[in-house]
Amino acid sequence: MTPDPTASGLPDVELFSRDHFELFALPRRFVIDDRSLESRYHELQSSVHPDRHASSPEAERRLSMQWSTRINEAYRLLRTPLSRARYLLELDGIDVAAENNTAMPADFLMQQMEWREALDEARDARDAGALDELARMLRHARRDAEELLVRQLDTEHDTVGAAATVRRMMFIARLDEDIAEAHETLDN
Amino acid sequence: MALLQIAEPGESTAPHQHRLAAGIDLGTTNSLVASVRNGVPVVLNDEHGRALLPSVVRYLADGSTVIGHAARAAQALDPRNTIASVKRFMGRGIADVAHVESMPYVFEDAPGMVRLRTAQGVKSPVEVSADILRALRERAEASLGGPLTGAVITVPAYFDDAQRQATKDAARLAGLDVLRLLNEPTAAAIAYGLDNASEGIYAVYDLGGGTFDISILKLSRGVFEVLATSGDAALGGDDFDHRVYCWLIEASRIGPPSLEDMRTLYMEARRAKEALSAADDVHVGLKLSSGDEIDVRLTREAFAAMTKTLVDKTLVPTRKALRDAGLSVEDVKGVVMVGGATRMPQVQRAVGEFFGQVPLTNLDPDKVVAIGAAIQANVLAGNRAAGEDWLLLDVIPLSLGLETMGGLVEKIIPRNSTIPTARAQEFTTYRDGQTAMAIHVLQGERERVSDCRSLARFELRGIPPMVAGAARIRVAFQVDADGLLAVSARELGTGIEARIEVKPSYGLGDDEVARMLRDGFDHVQDDIAARALAEQKVDATRLIDATQTALAADGDLLDGAERAAVDAAVRALAEVVEGDDTAALRAAVEMLGRATDEFAARRMNRGIQRALAGRSIESL
Repeated sequence: MTPDPTASGLPDVELFSRDHFELFALPRRFVIDDRSLESRYHELQSSVHPDRHASSPEAERRLSMQWSTRINEAYRLLRTPLSRARYLLELDGIDVAAENNTAMPADFLMQQMEWREALDEARDARDAGALDELARMLRHARRDAEELLVRQLDTEHDTVGAAATVRRMMFIARLDEDIAEAHETLDN
Repeated sequence: MALLQIAEPGESTAPHQHRLAAGIDLGTTNSLVASVRNGVPVVLNDEHGRALLPSVVRYLADGSTVIGHAARAAQALDPRNTIASVKRFMGRGIADVAHVESMPYVFEDAPGMVRLRTAQGVKSPVEVSADILRALRERAEASLGGPLTGAVITVPAYFDDAQRQATKDAARLAGLDVLRLLNEPTAAAIAYGLDNASEGIYAVYDLGGGTFDISILKLSRGVFEVLATSGDAALGGDDFDHRVYCWLIEASRIGPPSLEDMRTLYMEARRAKEALSAADDVHVGLKLSSGDEIDVRLTREAFAAMTKTLVDKTLVPTRKALRDAGLSVEDVKGVVMVGGATRMPQVQRAVGEFFGQVPLTNLDPDKVVAIGAAIQANVLAGNRAAGEDWLLLDVIPLSLGLETMGGLVEKIIPRNSTIPTARAQEFTTYRDGQTAMAIHVLQGERERVSDCRSLARFELRGIPPMVAGAARIRVAFQVDADGLLAVSARELGTGIEARIEVKPSYGLGDDEVARMLRDGFDHVQDDIAARALAEQKVDATRLIDATQTALAADGDLLDGAERAAVDAAVRALAEVVEGDDTAALRAAVEMLGRATDEFAARRMNRGIQRALAGRSIESL
């Protein structure tokens, strides 16, 4: 006897395939209430997490893992402004990464080069203070970009402009990773 | 049959039996077992009232095996056959193990994991660990008065997939049903957090006998959320012993010691280290079998100086974990110290200076992990008390990825991702007409394959011949709540599917575990068949309980016919659970599982909808 795969043991399609905002019952917009997001994340995981179904039959444990995975993924994407903005654009059919060849404005390209040089210098000089200073500058740049996104995504619905801002933030994020890596090299 | 226990009033929500569950801290130096009794987590002592079981196993030529205190006492007498700190070898090849030269064992390099040659033949670290776990299981069952439903086994947070898998295999071999592998610092955080009703950011600094972990957690309203974890899977109290051991040899100007003397010197080094936690200096005086005499004095300052690099080495992952969590030292509200090695004053001082606050040591650093594991085991076994609704959200310590062209690693799941988690990535062929693709799964942070740990290799075959770059191969990674990985790959481009599932096993293959179980049956006199039946009965009882609890809560989700089918399946299982027919029992369990599949899905949906109840999309 083979179980009917369409009838049982699968997550509810409607619920499972909702977008991340719907899943968390949050409005689909860039500005998000972090506390609501976190408390809903906790409530949802409290219901579906594998630890809550550890002594249940196999099918329920499998469902629990699928749901818990799904909710972790949604939370990961909604939690940080960069991934949330990318996701919002994706819902609008815009793949930010695919348009990576779009030219960046000249002033941002100059800025990029300056930051890269600052990173190289700090790394060569093994100067942790300079790395921290660069990280601080990036934090400011990131905050500016986030403010711009609030306008572009939530007020003006300027997806083209928002995509450009997201690409800037992606560059900043990569530089942040390189700074963390440089810190690690200094540590060792 | 498990003995029925009478629950304390208000302890359990349903009138089912209290299931016996244990938390086990399988440590490098010592191991412990704990359980929740009458609502209170307690460490279970041996018949002499001792909580710690030294993680030492001695294999005698007559086929007998000695575990714990007696084995530890025999270390200098029979160093080759007396295995200590076996945790350092779990999931490790010989090249990965430090200080091999000063270990008295006869190693055999085997694929995946090193083996040890003893008077009872070649032993895998998994078998040695299983012997320790079996001793703890027996202690727990004697103490609790019945077979365990399951156990939570703790592992260092920084253990990779191979080490976790090896630990799970060892538990299986010891006849334990693993409810969960739990990270040691997280276990400590549960014990600490529930005890102190803490809120905020906490760091758990866990320096054990052979491993170092640092975890940064956020505690809020009963949720323990690990934000980042880091560590060093080969750094612990043993390394401090090693420094003292080297110093003893140098200071006494003696030549390379014999195996027996080596053990004696190590034990003296450990004794000196422990003494220095309370005293300002310690005298080491003894005569070795070689005739050499040791007569030296070690001060606390000198000890701190010779181990400073080790203490500093723990601060590197500590900084990394904070960076990964996006936090700084000022954000940390408390630092919980775990592991016997945190008793060393220089460790406490360094950690205190780093965090700018006095670390918390109000819970016994040796016991706190086992206590946390017991609390988790109790809940996972289904003994969750009313109002006990805390939740644990843990992460994977190391990034998971795949080998791509040029020996580089493409990360699929980054470190510190909350588990369970899944990610997929698409790859393509690089040659015209390519019909197979080699998939190499790796774990680690470095860019090059050679700098990461290889977890598994497999081939996806049957890709239809196409021009290079036309095939679309989707490789999916799934990490479960134990932190264990499963990988699958399939070709999407043409709609033709080829698919393979692998569980990376640096531990042992299923057949190898089966062989060991059979071997064990031959001389340990443990009746495997009877044990398997007893376990099945425990599982079946648990399933009946779980189903009845579910029916009581959500029975309205089923219509009359559906309800009747479930009830019939429950009755059928209840009938065979008293008998001894393994096959009938298995069939009835499967039937109840099938009968409740759809019910489970509906219940899950209801749970999600309830979690969001009253939360229609609102504007901010």
